[in-house]
Parts: sequence; structure tokens; C-alpha cells
Amino acid sequence: MALAARISRPFVPRLFSRSFAAAAQPQTFAIYRALKGSSLLSYGKHWRLCRTLRLEYHGICSGYDPDQQAKPFLQEYNIDLKSCGPMILDALIKIKDEVDTTLTFRRSCREGICGSCAMNINGKNGLACLLYIEPSSKPIEIQPLPHTYVVKDLVPDLTNFYNQYKSIEPWLKRKDVKAKDDKEYFQSREDRAKLDGMYECILCACCMTSCPSYWWNPEYYLGPAVLMQAYRWIADSRDQFTEERLAWVNDTMKLYRCHGIMNCTNCCPKGLDPAKAIVHLKEQVAETYTDAWKSMMTEEIVKNKGRESGMMYM
Amino acid sequence: MLSRLTRPAANAAARLAKSVRKVSTTQIGGYEVFDHSYDAVVIGAGGAGLRAAAGLVGHGLKTACITKVFPTRSHTVAAQGGINGALANMTEDDWRWHAYDTVKGADWLGDQDAIQHMCRLAPEVILELESFGLPFSRTPEGKIYQRAFGGQSLKFGKGGQAYRCAAAADRTGHAILHTLYGMALKFDCLFFVEYFAMDLIMSDDGKCLGCVAMCMEDGSIHRFGAHSTIIATGGFGRAYQSCTSAHTCTGDGSAMASRAGLPMQDLEFVQFHPTGIFPAGCLLTEGCRGEGGILRNSEGEPFMARYAPTAKDLASRDVVSRAMTLEIREGRGVGPNKDHIFLHLDHLPPETLAERLPGISETAKIFAGVDVTKEPAPVLPTVHYNMGGIPTNWKTQVVKDAEDTIVPGLFAAGEAGCASVHGANRLGANSLLDLVVFGRQAADTTAELVKPNSPPVVLPKNAGEASIARMDKMRHCSGPIPTAVLRRELQVTMQKYAPVYRNADDLAKGKEAVVEVMKKFKDVGVSDRTMIWNTDLIETLELENLINQAAQEMYAAEARKESRGAHAHENFPDRDDENWMKHTLSWLDKPHVEDAKVVLKYRRVIDQPLDKEMHHVPPAKRVY
Repeated sequence: MALAARISRPFVPRLFSRSFAAAAQPQTFAIYRALKGSSLLSYGKHWRLCRTLRLEYHGICSGYDPDQQAKPFLQEYNIDLKSCGPMILDALIKIKDEVDTTLTFRRSCREGICGSCAMNINGKNGLACLLYIEPSSKPIEIQPLPHTYVVKDLVPDLTNFYNQYKSIEPWLKRKDVKAKDDKEYFQSREDRAKLDGMYECILCACCMTSCPSYWWNPEYYLGPAVLMQAYRWIADSRDQFTEERLAWVNDTMKLYRCHGIMNCTNCCPKGLDPAKAIVHLKEQVAETYTDAWKSMMTEEIVKNKGRESGMMYM
Repeated sequence: MLSRLTRPAANAAARLAKSVRKVSTTQIGGYEVFDHSYDAVVIGAGGAGLRAAAGLVGHGLKTACITKVFPTRSHTVAAQGGINGALANMTEDDWRWHAYDTVKGADWLGDQDAIQHMCRLAPEVILELESFGLPFSRTPEGKIYQRAFGGQSLKFGKGGQAYRCAAAADRTGHAILHTLYGMALKFDCLFFVEYFAMDLIMSDDGKCLGCVAMCMEDGSIHRFGAHSTIIATGGFGRAYQSCTSAHTCTGDGSAMASRAGLPMQDLEFVQFHPTGIFPAGCLLTEGCRGEGGILRNSEGEPFMARYAPTAKDLASRDVVSRAMTLEIREGRGVGPNKDHIFLHLDHLPPETLAERLPGISETAKIFAGVDVTKEPAPVLPTVHYNMGGIPTNWKTQVVKDAEDTIVPGLFAAGEAGCASVHGANRLGANSLLDLVVFGRQAADTTAELVKPNSPPVVLPKNAGEASIARMDKMRHCSGPIPTAVLRRELQVTMQKYAPVYRNADDLAKGKEAVVEVMKKFKDVGVSDRTMIWNTDLIETLELENLINQAAQEMYAAEARKESRGAHAHENFPDRDDENWMKHTLSWLDKPHVEDAKVVLKYRRVIDQPLDKEMHHVPPAKRVY
């Protein structure tokens, strides 16, 4: 039952250096620029959706006049890599600081643990702070996460994802009350090892927005990250609501929209394996299914009346 | 059913339409302002903020949690090592020994009542976190695994190394923040995500009535009236050029309090973490040394044995940082420029590294190009934590002068607050503990003072007008200095004049340089004029907050003529308990940095514990 702790990618030793001495020419970055209301969905690399909505805009920002340019576009910037850090995020920050302060993106920790800077770089989702700039004669294309509502430039709206995460109830659920002098819930090292490869998820949404099934059914399909977290709580030996959790996720849309496309595992910046977790989840559902699950579900739905957002029991 | 697809505009409308939360609108300064009313408002959703929000909702209070980033992006997520607590899972242990270590670690500048409170509650809060599902690493018996950490000893320093840092591999901060977020979701807390809090709303008689915030998504202004405002916004590591802190660590809440005329405490004490990756600045946890890692200089010597004969590499962080700096100064640094030190983990079994330190193995691989099972990692002391912050009592109530006068309605917890449990230097793994204990305490103190469904706070008609005018001015300013340039200047100034070792000359020059930066702020220029996700404007407001805090830090550092904890003064190398065993209180005499001056006063250290359960720890020479 235990997942492999991490996908082991071949270790390519990188000469860590702040200068790219070989890069004689400046590197071009082609970055998606858009303002809220100027497009319905972000552009993916391999498909296009052109729609222009009425702008909700309160002012003019320099270099980008929305009255002239209502549709989003790819803006090119040239950066001298000699004076830039090695990661894509370093380039974005350099562009924002020195070239165009209106460029907008999320960033925080710059070490790959917060998950803010998830974006689509050269067609693949990843964290800008963990991806090296590969100098090339072609522009490096940076787009927001695919098939998301874009608030501005590289900032997507992830509200749906957060609501779906809340709906799986990501906290320990017990049926007994802890006695006064009880210490921690004991968990063997083997049981704890079952959580490795799942608890490390940083909720960056790279996998969610790389899944075509999630693109076509974001309202109903929970998506790889949320399903992996659902399985994290099912696999946790301390949790006593395992059957209720399995019953809840056992739904043709919530779980079974996964068709093993594997984009999720392919792009996870932390080397996790959501696809495998979903396989285990489906196996466990099949093994433990009983007809009593339907009534179990109904009881759980009733308990969640009146909660703020996220509890999508429909 | 189909409407569940949440689009930004529909979502905002739905939120506002909910009749349970009465939102009214008004016009101030040409902007439409939405007024909200709550029993309590928490600013910041990191460890302390989430624990406070969950605690408040648990007490039945109507709570709003305002955060400028999504809660799990808060910098608590990057903490690695662990959370201290005398659970006695590995050896026998006692919270009084932990309290002694904390008082000693703080170089006797910590308030012993707050330290007692924190250490006494530690086992309880750790077990509470575990009961919410935190995936702690486990011992063979199935109990919570605890590792050795810096400055932790048994039997009041006489019993050898203590193993009291409860850990989840080397991702404890990540585990804690995600567990606390799950806890907040369970309690159904209301979050205002990506709302930038600009200023506190204070009444004429000095009571805190709430805060003003700007929604980043659509630029709308929101005033939150609350009976209790809890500031949990973290530190200001980004005032330095090289720091382990996130880009978002800009001291916003502390600067808000400063603009409201409240003092900051002990800002001169900035912790340099010994093992930040060189040159990226990313953190390699103290847990590396806890699991057996060793620092070596160019001669391959484990030099910490000379500086800290008992604790060696697990001495207190300021001791280790100073030792590393001295080694580099004396020419024993490694690398082509002899400007850093090696952290060796290659002698540890690879299974240990894979089980206990997987995260830093990955970080070292990506940011230093080093396989830690085979080669040492290059490290350098890097700015990591601010021991100082908004002064509070042990109940997290903000105090505004040396007489401990409480500011009604305002609380501070976590790195933003200064209770003061960390004094002049923080022990590793005490910060995560500080967050959870004082986040909980802020909620409990509020519950004592505020009844659920209290009548709404009456905000003065023009509350927030100054903040809105300031924000408007910033949005339209077109000075010659770009924000990034001025920020760089501030960072270089702080790094140059207030590093690990400080001296009188540098600090005096640093004061002048910081005053220059303060004056230059009026010439800052913002190019993005939009109201929607205007990160240029946000970064400029954050820069003002950074300058606010950095200026007070520089003045406080220059004034303190002794070496204590993390403040190492080369002209005054010894600790001076007779003259300097006191907290620094610093004010800005005007709210805005371009025309403000820093004023300093002092406040006594509380050296008596809360009650008879712990003995007062008398000052002693601090050796490890």
C-alpha cells in the first residue's frame, strides 16, 4: 500500500553559478499579459480560445492601454543572463524590477515550498522558482496555469481548487473522544511511511491544471491534488472516518473522471505521484464497497448544512 | 448546481450578498469603501494567525482572517526543523528545563513569565496539533519523534543534549501550516484572501477599532470594525540583501502598529541562521546539525568544538553564526573566495538523510548543485528571524509604553509580536512553538474580553481616510526612483552596516544611510496605475513598511552599547547586565517614513515567572 516516497529523477549535477558565461546573447522571454475581464480563459500552448469580455478596469497602466489591446498577448522581454539569477523566477523578478513594473505574478518563498509561483513554462506546468533558465535562441514562453480564469497576467483564480480541497475535509476525524491523560495517537513507523509522498503536497495546482479531465469538468471532478489529499487522509491510520471518506469520493464524477492521463505525475514540481494515489484510491474503493455507503453519505451531507463554501456535497 | 464554478466577480458578489455579514458601503476620498463588522479580526494567516482564527471561531466569536497571500503560502510553510516541547518521548524531560534553556538562549532578555507560559503549554499544543492530524515522524514505539536541536539541554544545562524538538522529517513548518489550515477549515473560518491590510483604525482615546484593507483582486477598500484585532503578520527579513525569508516578509503588521503611534520592541535583535545556502540564501535546517551534521572550515576542522566545547555545532544560533563569521574573517573560509563554510552531512548514513532530511537534500541539490550524501553544502550565516516586534504581555495584549499600559482591542502574536519569549536570541524550534502557543493565547484572551455577537464596533465616520489618501498618493506617484532601486539600496545598507558583527563606526554610518533612504521614499515612483492586482503599488507599500522597521532597527542597534544574544557589538564585546538588561522601545515620531525620526526609550525585562511552578532563572555567563 505504501507509495514510493518520491519519484527519483536522474540527478543532473548543475554547476551553480550566477553567470551564464556561454550565453553571449540576451535571452528572450515571451510572457502572457492580460487584465481581468479581457479573456475568459488562459491560453494553453496547444489550443486557443479567443473571447473578449467587457473590461472592468479602473485606470490606465503604463505600456499597456486596455482600450487598444483588449485581448491578452505574449509580450517579449530580453534579459541579460549574466546579471540574473539562475531560476525562471529570478528572470521574472528582474523583468519586473528593471524593465516593466506592471508585470504581475505570485511569488513568495523562492525555494519551492510555498507553491505560489506555479505557472506554465514552455508548455509544462511547474514552479518558476525551481526551474532553471535553459538559455536558448527561441523565446521562453511563460503562461499562466492552463484553463484557469486569469485575474491578471500570470495570476490565476484558484478559488475552485481551494473549495474542492476544503470539501474533502483535510483534518483528522475521530469517532472517540481523547481521554484527559491520553498522549498522542500512536502510529507505527510503517503506518507513517504510508503518508510519505502525499503529505508533502504544497497545493501549487500544477497537477490540477495539467489534467485534461480537470479542464473539461472542473466543477465536478476533484482533480489529482485533491484526490491525493483525500487518499492521504484515508491512508492515515489515525483517522477513523475511512469508510465515510471512501464513500464520499466514490462518485462517477469526483473520482472516476481520472483516466490515467498521467500529466499530473509528469509535472509535479515536488516529485510526488498523484496518479498512483488515485490508483490506490480506486483499488481501496473497489475492495471495501458496501451498499451501506449510500446512507452513510446521506448522513454526512446533513452534517455539513450551513457551512461556508467548499462543502460540495451535491 | 452548475453555479458552483466560481468566477471572481460572481464570487465577490455572492460574498457580499450574504445577509449574515452586513456590509455597508460609503464613499471616502473618491473610493467606494465596504464596511464589515466582526467580533475579532486576525491580520495574517501564518502559524499564529491560523491558530488564533481557529481558536476564536472555536470560542464562538464572529471572526475574519485577512491575509495578503493564500494561507498555505505564508512563510511558516518554509520552516523545517521542528517544534520544541517537553513530551519526554526520547529521554526524561521537564518543561522547566526547556524554560531554562529558553531564558539562557535569550541571553536573559526574555520575559520569564511569557517563557514559562510557552514552555509549560508546549506539550499540550504539540499534542493538539497531532490530534488534528499533523504527520509527525515516529519513534519505533509509535510516539512522536523528537530530535536534538540547538541550545537544548537536560537538567538546567547539566544533563547533556536534550532531544525535545518534535519533527515531521524536515518539513515540520509545512506540516504545521497545512494542519493548522485544515483546522481552520474544520472550524469554518472566514478568510479574506489577498487583501492587503494597510493601517489600523484607532479611536481618539487609543483603543484599536479594527483595520483598513485593500482587496488585491479588484482594488476595493474594506474597513473591518472589530472588538479585537490580532496582528500576526510575521517579521521583516526582506530588509536585508541576503535572507532566508520569503519576498512577502515585509513587516506589514508591525509597521501598521508603528504608524498608529505604538512602539516596537527589541528590533535590533536580528537572528542570522548559521546554515543558509551560499549564495542562494535558502535555508538548511538546524536539524541537519541535530541529526549529526558538522561545520568544517578550509582546514577540515570541526571548529565549533573550539567555540562551544559542550554543545559544539548545536550551540545557540548566534554563537554558531559568530563562530562562522570569525573563521571566515581569519581566512579559513572555503570556496574560491574563501567566503563561506562547509556543512558536512556526507558522514551520515544515507537512510537517515532520506528519512529525516529529505527536503534539504532536495534543496541543496537544486540551489547548490550538491549531493549531500557525497559532498558538503556551502553555507553562510543568513538573516532569518526577528526576535523583536510589537511589545505585548504574556497574554498577547499590546503594551504601549514602559509602564506596560495595555492598548485595548489590540493583540500581537507570532514573529510580529514580542512577548518576549526570544529575548536577544531565539532558540531553534521555539518559533513554531511561539506561533501556536501565542496564537492560541490571543484567541483565549480575546474570548475573555469579548462576548460572542457583541454589538458592532462604531467606526468613526472618516476612519481610514488617511490610509486611503496615502494609498491613492502612492498609486499616482511618479518620482524618479523605482521601488526596486530604493529597496535594493535599503537592503545593501542593512547588510553592510548591521551584519553579524556590528561596530560603532558602521552603525553610525548605517544610521545616516537609513535616514537617506527614509528621505528618498518621497521620490519613489510607481508605474502601474491600475486598481487590479497592482503589485507595483503593493510592493511600494511594503517598502514603506520595510523602511519603517529597518530604521528603528538601525537606531536601536546603534544605541545598544553592549553585546547580547544576536546583537554583537565589536566595541562592547561583553554583556552589560547593569546598564543594558532592558528592552528597547522605538517609535517613529510621525506616521510616514519620509519625514519621521526614530525615538528610543527603554522598558524593564520581566524576570519573575508567572507563578510558583518555575523558579526565577538568575543571570549567568552564557557558555555552550
